[in-house]
Amino acid sequence: MKIPLSWVREFVELPAKISNSDLEDAFVRVGFEVEEIIEAGSDLTGPLVVAKVESIEELSGNKKPIRYVGLDCGESNTRYVICGATNFKVGDLVVAALPGAVLPNNFAISARETYGKTSNGMICSSRELGLSDEHSGIIVLPADSAKPGADAISLLEISDVIVDAAVNPDRGYALSIRGLARELAASLNLKYLDPITRVDASKYQVNKEGVQVSVDDPSALSIVFIRSISGFDASAPTPIWMSRRIEKCGMRSISLAVDITNYVMLELGQPLHAFDSSKVDGSLIIKRAGDSLKFKTLDGQERKLDKEDLVVADKKGPLALAGVMGGASSEVTSSTTSIALEAARFDPVSIARGSRRHKLSSEASRRLERGVDPSLAEISSARAIDLMIELGGARHIGSAKSGEPKFAPVVTFDPNFVSQYLGTNVALEEVEEKLNVVGCAISKKSDIQWSITPPSWRADLLLGPDLVEEVARMIGYQRIPSKLPIGKSGAQLTPAQIRKRSTANYLASKGFSEVYNSPFVNPNFVADLGFTGDRAKSFKLANPMSEEFPDLRTHLLPGLLLTAVRNQGRGAKDIAIFEIGSVFRNTEKLESPGLVGVDAVPSEKIKTSIYKSVPNQPLHVGAVVAGKLSADSWHTKGEKFTWVEAIGFARSIVENTGSVTTTVPSDFAPWHPGRCAEIQIDGKPVGHAGELHPRVISLLGLPERSCAFVVVLSAIPFLESKKAKSLVTMPPAIQDISLIVHESIPAASVEKALREGAGDLLESISLFDRYEKVEDGKVSLAFTLVFRATDRTLTADEVSKFRQAATESATKKYGAVLRA
Amino acid sequence: MSISIAEVEESAASALSAIAGAKDLAELKVVKIEHLGDKSGLSKASQALGKVPAEEKASFGKIVGEAKAKVSAAFEARIKVLEADRDARVLIEERVDVTLPATNIPKGGLHPLTILTNEISDLFLGLGYRVAEGPELEAEWLNFDALNIPADHPARTMQDTFFIEPLDSRLVLRTHTSPVQIRTMLENKPPIYVICPGRTYRADELDATHTPVFSQVEGLVIDRGITMADLKGTLDYFAQSIFGPDVVTRLRPSFFPFTEPSAEVDFFFNGRWIEWGGCGMVNPKVLEVCGIDTKEFSGFAFGMGLERTLMVRHGITDMHDIVEGDIRFTRSFGLGIK
Repeated sequence: MKIPLSWVREFVELPAKISNSDLEDAFVRVGFEVEEIIEAGSDLTGPLVVAKVESIEELSGNKKPIRYVGLDCGESNTRYVICGATNFKVGDLVVAALPGAVLPNNFAISARETYGKTSNGMICSSRELGLSDEHSGIIVLPADSAKPGADAISLLEISDVIVDAAVNPDRGYALSIRGLARELAASLNLKYLDPITRVDASKYQVNKEGVQVSVDDPSALSIVFIRSISGFDASAPTPIWMSRRIEKCGMRSISLAVDITNYVMLELGQPLHAFDSSKVDGSLIIKRAGDSLKFKTLDGQERKLDKEDLVVADKKGPLALAGVMGGASSEVTSSTTSIALEAARFDPVSIARGSRRHKLSSEASRRLERGVDPSLAEISSARAIDLMIELGGARHIGSAKSGEPKFAPVVTFDPNFVSQYLGTNVALEEVEEKLNVVGCAISKKSDIQWSITPPSWRADLLLGPDLVEEVARMIGYQRIPSKLPIGKSGAQLTPAQIRKRSTANYLASKGFSEVYNSPFVNPNFVADLGFTGDRAKSFKLANPMSEEFPDLRTHLLPGLLLTAVRNQGRGAKDIAIFEIGSVFRNTEKLESPGLVGVDAVPSEKIKTSIYKSVPNQPLHVGAVVAGKLSADSWHTKGEKFTWVEAIGFARSIVENTGSVTTTVPSDFAPWHPGRCAEIQIDGKPVGHAGELHPRVISLLGLPERSCAFVVVLSAIPFLESKKAKSLVTMPPAIQDISLIVHESIPAASVEKALREGAGDLLESISLFDRYEKVEDGKVSLAFTLVFRATDRTLTADEVSKFRQAATESATKKYGAVLRA
Repeated sequence: MSISIAEVEESAASALSAIAGAKDLAELKVVKIEHLGDKSGLSKASQALGKVPAEEKASFGKIVGEAKAKVSAAFEARIKVLEADRDARVLIEERVDVTLPATNIPKGGLHPLTILTNEISDLFLGLGYRVAEGPELEAEWLNFDALNIPADHPARTMQDTFFIEPLDSRLVLRTHTSPVQIRTMLENKPPIYVICPGRTYRADELDATHTPVFSQVEGLVIDRGITMADLKGTLDYFAQSIFGPDVVTRLRPSFFPFTEPSAEVDFFFNGRWIEWGGCGMVNPKVLEVCGIDTKEFSGFAFGMGLERTLMVRHGITDMHDIVEGDIRFTRSFGLGIK
């Protein structure tokens, strides 16, 4: 909220000079961030004077109306200026900048020749003077508000310091001069005068005269006042001091009646609404809209009411969207003479919902949805009536009210809790003083039991910690010392966290660059990649950032592929990227716990249902390699990356965790159906790897034979503590076996057959050569078998038998023939 | 077979001459096989020693022994000479240009978000915290209600929070990692010391300083006698570990539904105060919902954005660099450059 210091000074004895940084510190210390401190008028120098319009000559023949205006500026001669505005007449008081003046944005005024005349100055609009955004015409001052030649800078109170303070949602009271002045005074330890002490509401007694009010739905509000006046001169001008204060707070001056309601709202924090009571049929009723259908608000918009909307209505229908915006039909106009003024403490939730439903956030709704001091309905309406009588010549006819103000309950409080909670000693006297400063009344039962009555504007002070915060704010958070608590011993990463970390380290050290992709995906793209079935069942966002990406990812590859393409577009040649992240598949039947609310501690049954409403979100690691794993060098080629490496890396990721993998052919999208392996542990799939489908590669424009792999990290079992085998130091016996088999037989199967036949002393087996074209449809597979006994050197005879047994096993199972 | 003394001497002489004539270590190796190997004259002389008549054995043996010793000594001496020669000449000739790059060695990297997450996790592990994680697609109750954020709170509107269809599912993309705190409190008895890093979501357009998908780290401590001084001390330690030992923090009063008192934490860095995150004492309402006895336990919580932390620490000026997955960005952080 923007507050001019000149207004604040009415209630706080601020020193005549206070620096901007002291001001900012003072607000920040008590919890108000300062968005901006504006030194109004600092970019303007005079002469700027009040001038009376003596003559107007319309200059014809121009594209727009141009006036040659004679001004009485309190000088001996009439001063003539050219003016493009037309919202004034002879006799009006206007504001003239004379040659030598500099207006905001370094706009220097000088005498100049224009439209065939000499213009000796300029008649100013509000915007030209930096007072507001108003530029539909020049400023016309109220009649007799000043003498010609008077200094307009002081008349318009242009020089001021305006603080724009951010108000947190729990401090609705601070959306007012009253509230922020109190905070500033407290922060600077200065005397504060509460503006409401100047108002005597008792002179406007509640009676049966004027417009009456009833409340249909007691949950809609706690208290409402309707005060009626007659004989109001709606055409009377708003005094300069009032309109200028309204402008400095960032609002516009509109008409006397509206300005008074806004002025009182800005000063005290209570939104008010003025109805033209001649347009109200009978008494007012505050109720839910029900089936009221449509209604036109002040801004001229036809609005379809929701049946939950809170409205102020008369017999015929809704007159205002309560606390949000008034209606067009009962609007105060220049011919209005009688007014019904509404001041109500509406239910904040109803206001918040209404405002959101209609996408209408007004100055009134912003305050009401944060909660307004319930005592203000009576006082602020009286204050406004005072002003209407004083400035508009009105007469109070009668006042009506419904309901009673509801205040926060008394809090029983052990003042020693302040020191205990803040971790620093705060004397009880200081606790008392600071609680008093924020407006609490204290009744002491003992040194450990105080009854605290929160001030009327603080509905949020309900529990001990709320009061601690108030004391802490007032003594300053810098009083809180620094102490480092230490948790439990034995804190360590979980096996899953270690796995995630070591997988990232492994891939990064092998040449992959880690990326974090957005999980929002385009379902058409996902379909283009070939995902179907469970792997394409996505969760949909109700409110996506972009209609292009409305789904949550079910797989890491869509994001990785787009990132690979982006890197390629930026000139990268060899791209190896990986991501570790959750995926979201809409494949489980989930519970729907419904809305629980903040005030309920849910039952165990509901808690269980809440847990069961959340889908399992497996952790994947995925990688895409486009090009080589590393660049070509001056002396050798870069590390090539084919389906072999893709499968190898996927298996290594799993085997790094201690599990043993097997691979089987797979035809999962988006991989090449003949070059995709499913990685398994004990027959259960944990990942896929291989070359990408050529269609996907050409769709994305990636290099031919680009590869990808994905492993479900959360599907890999956690093994029991590793038991190490003692190393055997006997010499190994190494045997090579070259076999010819049909090309359809997987190498892994042949290897398995050899392993089964080789016996217990086989230590390892590895494929070291594969040769295609030995004869039609046959391949040659060459394996190295290493045998070792724990207790002796193996003899040539023994080893030869093992070799023979291994070969026979492969022959029996797969018709393998020993290569000559 | 017999070998004359003359033959022995001749073998020795020819060996010595060959050793002297070997120009490099390779030649010397050949010479060694020829003149000291099993089939060399001197070896044959040794083998023939058995057949020499007993009375000549001693003198002949002496001659052979002396010849062999002489040749061996010459050989050892020659090796030294040739090795010195090699060191002086050949290794110099083999000199390469070591500035030639090995661009073929794969170069990857960890994303700085991972590096920072690990760094923070390790920091707090050292203070006796566990690292707690939870689902990103989360129950609305755990993300909001349990944290005392009511149904009409502005943060719960579609302008700020991503909701999942159908709305009956009551699922949201978590807007902070605070639901992990709630899960931790529901599933564990205090004392609780946890740090919760993770991905979070808010409906902000991607620009130089905002991203709808971002990362947070939150801390939660619930124990007997926990005070706001413990919070301040923990934040001081945290800030100094991340930004340098001289960094100073400042708490400013603020408002969050789930903490009371609440504060913003700023730190002073490169000559100015920088907003870092929110914190406070855990609101008793939140503790009660989680079944924690507020008479016995109190606690604090804090949370900050990891992207923002990275931007400040590393002088990253555009959020796009963090989220776009450009390999040049990741590689520049290596395996853990701070």
